[in-house]
Formats: sequence, structure tokens, C-alpha cells
Amino acid sequence: MSKTAGFEHRIIIIFLDHVNRVGQRFDAPLASSLPVSCAQASVEFSGELSLLSIYEESLEKPLTQGYQNICKCWKGSYGSAMEFVELIKAPKVDNVVMRRPLFPNVEGTLCITGHHIILSSRKEDTEELWLLHRNVDVVEKKQSTFGGGTVAIKYALSQIEITNLLYPFFYRPMYNILEDGWTAFTTESEFSKLVLKSDDWRISNVNKDFTVCNSYPATVVVPKSVPDEVITTAASFRQGGRFPVLCYRHENGSVLLRSGQPLVGPSGKRCKEDEKLINAVLGPGKRGYIIDTRAQTLAQTAKSRGGGFELEIHYPQWRRIHKPIDRHHNLLDSLARLLEACNDTSCTMDKWLGRLESSNWLSHVRDTLNCACLVAQCLDQENLSVLAHGSDGTDTTLAVTSITQIILNPDCRSIRGFEALIEREWLQGGYPFGSRHFKSGYAYTASSVKNPKKKYAPTFLLFMDCVWQLFFQFPCSFEFTENFLITILQHSYASQFGTFLGDNVWEREQLNLHLNTVSLWSHINRPEIILTFMNPVYEPNSKVIWPSVAPASLSLWSGLFLRWVVDQKPTEETWKAIAEMKEKEKELKKQAIKLRKQLIDMEKALNSKLSTSSPST
Amino acid sequence: METIKTPKIDNVGLLERYSSRRNAVGALYLTATHLIYVDHDNKRETWILHSHISSVTKLPLTPQGSPLQVRTKTFLSMTFVIPKERDAHDLFISLSQLCQPTSIEDLYSFRYNMGSEDLPREAGWALFDLQLEFERMGVPNESWTMTSLNKDYEICDTYPRYLYVPATAQTAVLLGSSRFRSRGRLPVLTYLHSTKAALCRCSQPLSGFSARCVEDESLLVCIQKVNPNTAQLVVVDTRPKINAMANRAAGKGYESEANYENTRFHFAGIDNIHVMRSSLTRLLETCELKTPAMAAFLNGVESSGWLRHIKSILDAAVFIAKTLEDGSSVLVHCSDGWDRTAQVCGLSQILLDPYYRTIHGFQALIAKEWLSFGHKFTDRCGHISIDPKEVSPVFTQWLECVWNLIQQFPSVFQFNDRLLLCIHDHVHSCQFGTFVGNCQKDRIDLRLEEKTYSLWGYIANHMNEFLNPLYKPDTNVGFIQPNLAPQTFKFWREMYCRWETGLHPRESLTDLMVASKDHINSLDDHIRLLQKRIKLTEEKFATHPNSNGENNTEESVEDNRLTYKKNLLDEMNMKVQRKIEYDPLMVTSFANKSSDGLSLLSSDYHDKTEDIMALAKLSDELNSVALEWKSVRGVKECPCSTPLDVSTRKSHCWSCGEIYCARCLDKSASLPGHISQKQSPVCRECYRVLIKSASVESPE
Repeated sequence: MSKTAGFEHRIIIIFLDHVNRVGQRFDAPLASSLPVSCAQASVEFSGELSLLSIYEESLEKPLTQGYQNICKCWKGSYGSAMEFVELIKAPKVDNVVMRRPLFPNVEGTLCITGHHIILSSRKEDTEELWLLHRNVDVVEKKQSTFGGGTVAIKYALSQIEITNLLYPFFYRPMYNILEDGWTAFTTESEFSKLVLKSDDWRISNVNKDFTVCNSYPATVVVPKSVPDEVITTAASFRQGGRFPVLCYRHENGSVLLRSGQPLVGPSGKRCKEDEKLINAVLGPGKRGYIIDTRAQTLAQTAKSRGGGFELEIHYPQWRRIHKPIDRHHNLLDSLARLLEACNDTSCTMDKWLGRLESSNWLSHVRDTLNCACLVAQCLDQENLSVLAHGSDGTDTTLAVTSITQIILNPDCRSIRGFEALIEREWLQGGYPFGSRHFKSGYAYTASSVKNPKKKYAPTFLLFMDCVWQLFFQFPCSFEFTENFLITILQHSYASQFGTFLGDNVWEREQLNLHLNTVSLWSHINRPEIILTFMNPVYEPNSKVIWPSVAPASLSLWSGLFLRWVVDQKPTEETWKAIAEMKEKEKELKKQAIKLRKQLIDMEKALNSKLSTSSPST
Repeated sequence: METIKTPKIDNVGLLERYSSRRNAVGALYLTATHLIYVDHDNKRETWILHSHISSVTKLPLTPQGSPLQVRTKTFLSMTFVIPKERDAHDLFISLSQLCQPTSIEDLYSFRYNMGSEDLPREAGWALFDLQLEFERMGVPNESWTMTSLNKDYEICDTYPRYLYVPATAQTAVLLGSSRFRSRGRLPVLTYLHSTKAALCRCSQPLSGFSARCVEDESLLVCIQKVNPNTAQLVVVDTRPKINAMANRAAGKGYESEANYENTRFHFAGIDNIHVMRSSLTRLLETCELKTPAMAAFLNGVESSGWLRHIKSILDAAVFIAKTLEDGSSVLVHCSDGWDRTAQVCGLSQILLDPYYRTIHGFQALIAKEWLSFGHKFTDRCGHISIDPKEVSPVFTQWLECVWNLIQQFPSVFQFNDRLLLCIHDHVHSCQFGTFVGNCQKDRIDLRLEEKTYSLWGYIANHMNEFLNPLYKPDTNVGFIQPNLAPQTFKFWREMYCRWETGLHPRESLTDLMVASKDHINSLDDHIRLLQKRIKLTEEKFATHPNSNGENNTEESVEDNRLTYKKNLLDEMNMKVQRKIEYDPLMVTSFANKSSDGLSLLSSDYHDKTEDIMALAKLSDELNSVALEWKSVRGVKECPCSTPLDVSTRKSHCWSCGEIYCARCLDKSASLPGHISQKQSPVCRECYRVLIKSASVESPE
């Protein structure tokens, strides 16, 4: 490694996805190589040439001018290997050293392709880095010889704004898709049992053109007694047209609904149809809860701006509770601080604990779990139905409704059930993955990210953290492992699969994703992949799992946040040992049963032989 | 006893910390040894040993009665609401007297009698011997020698009798050095690393501002010289430098660099016992917050400084271990050399030597570093009522450091964290005499070996509970280097919030692993028996049609049986006759040690094949081992209706596979379905069945 005046570059990554061994196809990285995935790690490069300038020069101009041409060109030559030649000024740099925490350095050649940065030493048996541009959160430059300042790049390939130029459109699987993940979890199949079993619900096509609500799927589940016209009117009274829809029906019959905030406004408007719609859920004389994920004051402010909350006089059957969870930039800010704290291993104990506290991340986790527990309590113990919403009903609302389901519904704790939950609540429920996951914590400090037009937020990450807390407290009640959560999280930020592209079902249909890209579920649900995510100690648990939300019970998700700071091998080895133990136990049991049977059979045979032969002797 | 005025109080409320709604109501009993709270509605009994009580506080009167808060050294905190003020006051007075006797001879260990356990009083006392421990390290050798200068505790009453010093050090040097060191604690060897680098410990020098001692200096030179690797000696003063300097005003202090050649000095900056005591108090206050917000909790943990102290101890230990690994000898001291010195010396040996990471080695280390070298357990734990300023959680901290290492290296420790909790509790309980007294001399003067039980004997008898299911002996090698980044240090919830059962993971992986491991052992044992049986049956099949052959085997087997019987009689004579009623089982287990086990099996088996009962007997044998074990998950109570929660150990009966609490699973027997005939834990019901069938089968 030459230590002459070179530049050092830090590429800060949302998720470092794969470090491959040479000779392996990129196609199967998750199955075959160790996925060194981590939220926010950084890889430092140092080499003779300035990688930064490559990135900088090649990306800034074309992004504003060139992409329309590329678009045309892409549409014309669909499916052909598209090289973003115009964007890439210098496709290759030699003598680059990659430094990473916890793992040895890699020296080699750096290549930039349309979708990846590839670092390869071009030797057998060495590691190769394949990094999706989407994964890059920030690029920083520092001149190593002078130890000078840091320059952050504002735009990079990772910010191509035209969704259909992204890698998933170019990715072709090297295996046969047995079950198409795009059609695996439809509203019809998910709710068919419910609709059949209960007379109160029906599947409505009111949103088939996405005109009633553009962030809902084409089909939703609504009360049977309410006709589509009423729903259309009610939708106009809800933020973003997100009228109350069913998301879960508990075994005791109480239901969980979610919606956007009512557009009550400063004058206190009402909407008879909306009232009719949600009262139809309760039936005469029964009561329900409305859980608002905003603080009372925030809801009040929203009211003065045309939004608001259900007023008691118009919704006498409902009791409203405010259970605030922080949102958007507050969460992102919190995450950014947490990451900063996590990555500084040289600080003192006091400083680390102080920063962990002031990041507030664990408080957010606790708030979310608290709110979900409240909802679950209403449904399970008080036997009352709940309507949950915040402002848009696309972020914290979804976190609350989905965690509630994990607490209450054992199905959601299986691999397929969890996939279905993400599909139902987050993808079809209209969590804008495209916008929210465009950038993550590291990029937060860069001023461009504070652009109010873009709402980056780690709400989904917060949700996953809550799931992990549940997993930590009930390690035998989940069919999947921690790695499964990390894998999904990683793909939600950058992926070769199309599942998390776009902001809602409508956008995904526009992009024809189900034809042009592969679904993550198609990949995960292949038997050889799904086996790697199986929890060795899983025992289906039909009960409700009530987590502890006491501060001492919540811990930092070190498998995610500290992956690059603290060696995770002990945890991995522990799980491996558990899996081996369980496997051995099962095997020995089988063997013992077999031997017992064999012995008894032999014994019987011998006995009969003895009894027949004894008279003769 | 005159101290107990009211032995029983009814209608006592128990304040729940988190919800004020559902307070339990029960009865409070005060016995000579325990405070017992019985909550009939929830079938819960809480037994608090008097010696565990750290404080009893009267809280302001409430309409329901007078609340009395009892806190223990095991970090349990309970607030009882007693209807009558008078009862509360009586209880308060009684407990205040009972929890800390004024005389050491009134401690629980002098009255404690192992009722249910058949452990002889002498068991365990001879388990760890300092001389043997040094022999294990290859000492004495040409460089290090044993001196009996301290045989009658003349030069230092807080040191062991036999001290290990450089062979080149003259008696005059040793005596001179001991006069120059606080309380005579001169530099002596405590661990000789495989690199020939020595770890020595002592107390601070009485240097004041300018005093020096030629003998002390030459003793350090001797220590330096016997190390063939390097001419340098590293002196680690575990105190913050400012504290060390302050000590100079009192005529103590630290070695002046000018007087000691080829010596490197290092201050580790670990705070003193008073800082540690108040740090723990603040940590516990944080744990007891009524409605804690996340931020308040984290803030409390931070401002207590507890984790910072833990890190500073581990930092110092890693520094010492690295220095030794690199070949330099290290001399460690603090002020008196019995608190911080014991902490860091003990830890660095755990880091360096795989032996100290085994159960036996870990106990040997405690016996050496803490007990022999005079950590003042009675003062630090407040066994008797003395100066409260002497109390400090030094040993608890050390256990926490070990716990942190177990977290980072889950497969190199033979023991699990239950052992740490067990030792911690018994250090304070005084149920065993092991930790009574402040030094070895105290213990000899108190004649503890004759009058009390040893904790080591108890642990040896309960080894199964303390084994780490993840332990891999082949990975337990060499120097382990922990990550010291602050992010790796966790709050030890299982220690400080142990009794808040709601706070812990609802499904314990450790329980599951332990059960799995036990089950594997049981199945493996059973399978080996089945394989033997099948082989024998196959042989029978082969030999049977030939009547001559059959007779031959018959005879030889008959022979075997005779020899076996002879063995058996011999063994029986040798054995203590205490379990005569089910001795067929006991004896078989003994007989197996001498013979290969097969002869017994074949003879026993062959006998029975001749009668019709064979098949029934076989099924008895097979049914004695459970193939299916009940899942640990979701078990709420023992069949005796004792609630089982996260903190209570759930044990399987190896014979029926059911789960019981520790009290119900106190029997053990060897199962006919096991080839090894080892003693396995069984429930009372299975025990009865096993004993019955065993006595039926052996008419002799």
C-alpha cells in the first residue's frame, strides 16, 4: 500500500450488502457468503486517484441533464445490459485499499458500473466488495497526508431519481422462481378466511383505479353494511383519502382499523358518512377506542391547519387516547445521533451512555411498543375495537398496527406470516418506502437532506427494532432469526429486488414492477434460503406475547447498530451452538425411538423362538 | 429468641413497584433465620435470610398501615404495609438486630445445618490448597521459592502462611521490605505466567514524600532479575494518581521513580471503595425508580458511574495481562492491596490462563486471590455491625467483570452466570463459613473448618447447575482479549434487577440450552444401552439354535455374575452405608466403575430372558428414560403449584420428562435405561417407582 499523497475516501453506507468471494455469482450472495450487513457502516478507500472526483464529476451534471435521454434509450432497449456510460467518467481505479472495521483490509482495483462499486483484488479466494450505489449514504473525502477536512458529496449515483433506472430492473435471477412473491400476498387471499367466516366484512373494489386513495391498494376490507358510495365520501374527509379500513380482526371479534386523520379543520367540520363507516364497525351500543399517535398539542395544531381529530360530540361511541410517538425528521435526527454514538468506540463510558440517552432512540422504541401494547390491550383484554391514526396514517400508524398484530396474532410470528404482515401493512398499506428510505442517518447532517420536500424517515427501522425487542424477550416464539429481520431491512434500503421500490401500490403498478423486477419474497421463500432464516428454538406459541417495556428490559439492537463496532461472532456462535444442540437432540430422539422398536421386536421374536424351542430341549 | 417479639403478622400488604392497583396481601413470619412472606392468593413465598438484609427503613405512615421497606444484599427490595404500627415497630427493631449480629460467632454459618443435603461438614474445605495451586504453575522452581517466614503470621497477618518470593531474595530483604509496605504486605508472587513473567502483588510503600527502603528496592530488583525475558519491571498502581499522591501526606504513597531502576510505573485510575459504594447506591436507586422514563434510566446508569468503574477495572486487567503476555513481570498494588489489587490480579489471570476459566479453576482463583491474600469479606460485605464505611461492593464488581467476559466469550467459560450469582449470594449469606472473616488467620482462629460448611462442597454437589452449555474445551485456550469499547458493556440486569421478574426475557435461552444439553446426555446414555442390548440379543439369536453353544454362553455368563457379586460385596463394605434402602442402584453405579459394565448387563439380562417376565422388565427399563422432555417454554408452575418464573430454575425429571421446581426435584437415582448408571435427577414419584422395581428385581 502506497502511503504517498493519496486521498482517503469514506463511503458511508446504509447497508453494506455483500462481500463476495471471487468466483461466486453476485446472484446468490445472501445464501452463500457471509452477509456482512449492518446499518450504517463505513468503508474507507485510499488510493492514488481521487475516487471522489470520479463520483463528483460523473454524477452532478448528468443527473440534471442526461437522465431523460437515458430514459428514452432505456425504454427503447428494454432488457439489454444498460451501462451508464455517460455518468461514469473513470470506470476503473487501481491500487485501492479498502479498510473496514473488524475485518482485514482488501487491496485491489475499484470499478464503477451502472449499479455497483466493485472492489476486487482479482485473486482467487479473496473477498470482493459489491456495493449497490443505492447503499451509499454519503461520500466523504479527506486528504490523508494533510489530514485535512472532510468533504461530503451531495449527489451521487445513489440518487438517481428515476426509479426505473435502478438496479432491480436489470437484475435477473439465476434460479427458477417457484412461487412468485408478487402475487403471494393479495388482499383476497389474506382476508379470504375472515370474509368467509364473518358476515360483517367484505372486500371492496372501490379503490380499483386508485382514485379514492392513491396510497391504498386496489382492494380493501370494509364493513359489509357500508356501500362504496359512502366510503368514497368518507374518504374525502380523511387525509390522503385514507378512509378507515380493517387491518386485523382478533379472535374475540374486536377489530383494528387504521386511517388518515379526519379533516376536521379549525371550524370543526363533520362528515356523516365517515361516522357511519366507523360506527358500523361497533354495532349499536358498543364502544371503541381511537388511538391517536400524536400528542394532544400536535393534533390541535393539525386541526388548525385543516386536519385534526375526531370530536367527541360527533363520535360519542369512541373514546380518544393520545399516545405520542415521534415522527419523520425527529426520528432521523435520533437515528443519526445514535449512529454517531455507536461508531465512536474511543469515547469514554460516560460519553457513550450520555449520547445513547440523548439520541432518544430507545425512548422512541419504548413509545412505539407502549402504544402498540395499549392497542393490543384494548383489543384483547377489554374486547373493544380500535381505530389507529396519526396525521397521514402512513408511518407511525403502520408501526403501531403491525406491532399490535405481532403481539396478538401468532401467525405474524412465522416467516410467511411476517412477510404477509409487511406486505399488508407496509407495502399495501402505503408506507412510502421510496421516499423514506432514500437516505438514512448518516446523510442527515448533509444539508440537502433537510430539504423539506423529501421526507426521509426511519419509521420502518423503528418498527423492525421493536420487532427485535419482542424477539429478544420471546426468542422461542418467532419462527425467524434476527438475521431475517436484518436482511429485510437491508433490502428495504437497497436491493436487487423490486419489492420496496416506489411509494405505494399505485406507483408500483405504474412501474410494472411485477413484470420487470423480481420480488424479494420470491427469493426468500425458496427452500434453500428460507432454511437459513429458521429459528432453531421456535415453538409455535398460540398465546398473546406481552412484552416488558420497562427501560431495563429494552436494549440496543447490537446485531444491527454495533455490527461494525463490536464483533458479533459470539452471538452468532451461540445461535449456531443452539441450533446444533437442538438438531442433535432431535436426532438422538429419533434414533432412540428406532432402537427401542428394533429391540422390542427382536426381543419378541426371541421370546417366541424360546417358547417354541424350549419344550424340545 | 428474645429479639423476636412478634413471630407472625397477618394481613400484610406488599407494595408492587409498578402498579399500585394490585397489592398482594399475605402473612409475614419472622423466624430465627428468615423473614418469610407468604402470599396465599398468588401461591408465592418469599424467604429472606436475615444475613441478606442490607437495610430496613420505615416509610411514612399510610391509611393502610405503616410501610416497612426491606432491602437485601441480593438487590431485592420489598415494601410491606403492616396494619398495626406497633407490629411494624417491633419488626423493625427485631430485623435491625437480626440482620447484623455484633459478634462474628453469631453468624448464620455457625448455626446452619444442612438438613436435606447429605453433605459432610468437612466436604470442600480441603478442595483448594494454595501450595497445590502454586505447584500447578510450576512453583517452587529455580527462580521462585516458598518461604515460611510468615508461618505464624508474624510479618503479615493478612497474608497466607506460605509466601512465594524470588529465590535470590534474602530474608533480611523480605523483612525490610515488609516493614516498608503498608500492613507488612510485601511484594510476593501470585501468578507465574507461562512466559516466565511473574504477577506479584503488595500494598503501597510507606514512602511519604522522601522515604526510601533499600531492601524494598532490592526485592523489586530480584523480581525483575528472575524474569529471563526482559530487564524491565512494570509497577501498576491501580489508584488514580491523585489519590496516590494524597496518600503521601499520610506517610504512604507510591514508589519514587528515581529510586527504582528499570521500572516502569502505570496508574490505572480505579476509584476507591467509598466511590464504588456510593456508585452502587446510585445505580440501585435508578433500578428502583417508580415510573422510569427511558431517558431517566439511561441517565441514572450513566451518572452512577458504575459501568465506568467496571470498565476501568477491566482496562487495568487487560493492561496487566498484555504486559505479562509480552514477557514483562508486573507488580500490582493499590493502597492496602486487598481490594483493587485482588480485582485486577484475579481478572488478568482469567484472561491469561484457561484453567481459571473452568469451574474448578475459578474457585481456586477466588480461594487464592481473594481468600488467601486477605480480602476483607466480613468488613466489605457488612457481615457484622461494624463501620459502615468499610462496606463496599468490591467483590460484586469483580463478578460483574467476569460476567462481562462471559458475554464476550460465551464458549470459553466452563461455568455459567448462575455460578456468579450463587457465589455472590453466599458471600453475603454467611450460610457457609467460606467467606467469614477478613483473612486466612481469622478463619483459622474461628476454627471455621470444624464449625461450618464450605461453599465449595456445596458447589461440588450441585455442579450440574453451574455448567455452561456452550462451553467448548477446545476453544478454551490461551489469552483472551476482550473488546473494551464502551458499547460492549451492558447493564447486568440479571444481577441488579434479578427479582423484578417482569423485566427479564420471557423465554430464557439459557434454560432451554441447559435442558437441551441434559436431554442429549440422557438420550446418548440411553442409546448406548439400547445398542448394547441389541448386540446381545443378536448374539442370543445367533447362539440359540445351537444348543451346545447356548450352554457355553450360559456358563461364562454365570461366571461373570459371580465375579460381579464378589465385586459388589467388596464395594459394599467400602461404602458408607447411608443409602442402604435403595442400594441396588447405588451399587450398580459403583460396580460399573470397576468392571466394563457389559458383564453386568449381560448376566443380568441373560437371567431374565429365561423367564416370561423378560419383556415386561425390558419395557420397565426402556420407560425409565424419558424420550420426550416437556418444553421449558410456557411452564407457569411446578406440579406442586409453586409458580415458576424466569428467575427460578426449571428442572426436568430425567425419568418422566416433566418439569419441577428445585424443591420437588431433590432426589436422584440411576436409571435402568442408562448404561452409565449415573445418578440422574428424578421427581419423587419416579423415584418411588424406581426404588420399588429395583428392590423387586434384586431378591438377594
